[in-house]
Amino acid sequence: MSGSALFDAPGPLARRRILIASVLAGAGVALVAVLLIKRLAENGQFSADKWGPLLHEDKLFPFLAVGLMNTIIAAVIALALALPFGIVLAVGRRSRYRWLRILCAIYVDFVRGMPVLLLMFFFFLAFPILFQMDLPALWAVVLALTIFNGAIICEIVRAGLTSLPVGQYEAASAIGMRRMQIVRLILLPQALRAMLPALIGQFVILIKDSSLGFVIGYEELLARSQAAGLLFNNPLQIYAVTAAVYIVLNVSVSWLSHRISRRQARRDKGKQSVPPQSWQEPTTVPSLNK
Amino acid sequence: MDTLIQEGPTIFGAFVTALRLALLAGMGALVLGIFTAAMRVSPVPPLRWTAAVYINLVRNTPLTVVFFIVVFGLPQVQIRLPFFTFAVIALGVYTATFVAEAIRSGIQSIPDGQLEAARSLGMTFPKTMRHVVLPQASRTVVAPMASVLIALVKNTSIASAFGVAEAMSAMTSLVNVHSSEVVMIMFVTACGYVLIALLIGRLFAWVERRTAVLR
Repeated sequence: MSGSALFDAPGPLARRRILIASVLAGAGVALVAVLLIKRLAENGQFSADKWGPLLHEDKLFPFLAVGLMNTIIAAVIALALALPFGIVLAVGRRSRYRWLRILCAIYVDFVRGMPVLLLMFFFFLAFPILFQMDLPALWAVVLALTIFNGAIICEIVRAGLTSLPVGQYEAASAIGMRRMQIVRLILLPQALRAMLPALIGQFVILIKDSSLGFVIGYEELLARSQAAGLLFNNPLQIYAVTAAVYIVLNVSVSWLSHRISRRQARRDKGKQSVPPQSWQEPTTVPSLNK
Repeated sequence: MDTLIQEGPTIFGAFVTALRLALLAGMGALVLGIFTAAMRVSPVPPLRWTAAVYINLVRNTPLTVVFFIVVFGLPQVQIRLPFFTFAVIALGVYTATFVAEAIRSGIQSIPDGQLEAARSLGMTFPKTMRHVVLPQASRTVVAPMASVLIALVKNTSIASAFGVAEAMSAMTSLVNVHSSEVVMIMFVTACGYVLIALLIGRLFAWVERRTAVLR
């Protein structure tokens, strides 16, 4: 489907035009690349003293590797906490009791509207004052990420629960199961399996958001890259390497999500698909084209 | 409470700066995003690959890293601009990828039959685009656009760490000055962001309702 459906299978004239356009475009891209490299080279960005530390300093990569480990630790802990939290919120939002539904809705819509950075500042600055105890940067980062992603995961799981056929609940209730049993044993497993790609995608976003930790002094990858860049005066090189690390990390996690969604598509071919991206930002009117 | 009344104008002004940042970056992102989306679906392979590389590289990098590369990397090649401009560039380049993906998904959501019908009527590519593709795609694009815009407004908070005096940096400096009212200041700032997000959500929901077609 996709792009190829926009234009017919190209005939000989179209093929020739596309070939010419490709050559021109290729030349254009090459030109831009050459100019870029020239600009970088003129400013000594390819020189030995910029790349030297990356290639020769023994302690640099272990230093950054610890940063990467801290990034992964924060992301994994935050996910481990946010996932159950989000599930609880999702179930709460579909509760029989109106007060619980409203409470969860207020929480989710409020938290989703604010930046993660604000939550990190809250745990870093306000928490020690409120509770008279110091919070290590790791926990400020993890708690902020948990609070925020709990709300997002709530919306993801809710989308999954809504996508399930109503008959599931009706059938289970007809054989005498209680509400929480049905949710726990029948609805949630299916909803989670359906939303697994979205949840893994959210994990990628979580990894990216962990980099905000540098603002409150958490020694994750970006904070360490900043320190290294200042020390060796090669910020562009270090940040390029950092970006590459993040890209490799996130692409690997996303690839995993693709594999899972493909295996799922093979398994349940007739199922209805979930309305795309209905768990993202708050639009208060339900979409008319479900 | 008095702190609030006293510092109200500061907070408000800071949010105006944040919105200005979001608006400028958003416009840049829209232009760049549309351009990139066009490249992404074009039949010319080099354009498609360049766009795909750009989108995939930038989407998988944290915004903070993009900020670092722009704010600390560009001066290394003799490009020195005010922090605000750097922030607009970083936010624009980052958000453009999400705009491009939203537009691409909008175009792909059009049923094949539409395009087949257009072709069997003899419509050329520009005519198809104008009368068939873009009107339908723009309806599907509205919802994710709201998402992208709200994320952009929230992302302006990151500029606070890079020398831009917007809402988040105003909050931190106020918290330093009035350290007894930390929670109140933070709560007010949070409410500001949430209010903006809800307003944008409502606006786009209204647009969606107006352009919705029951299928």
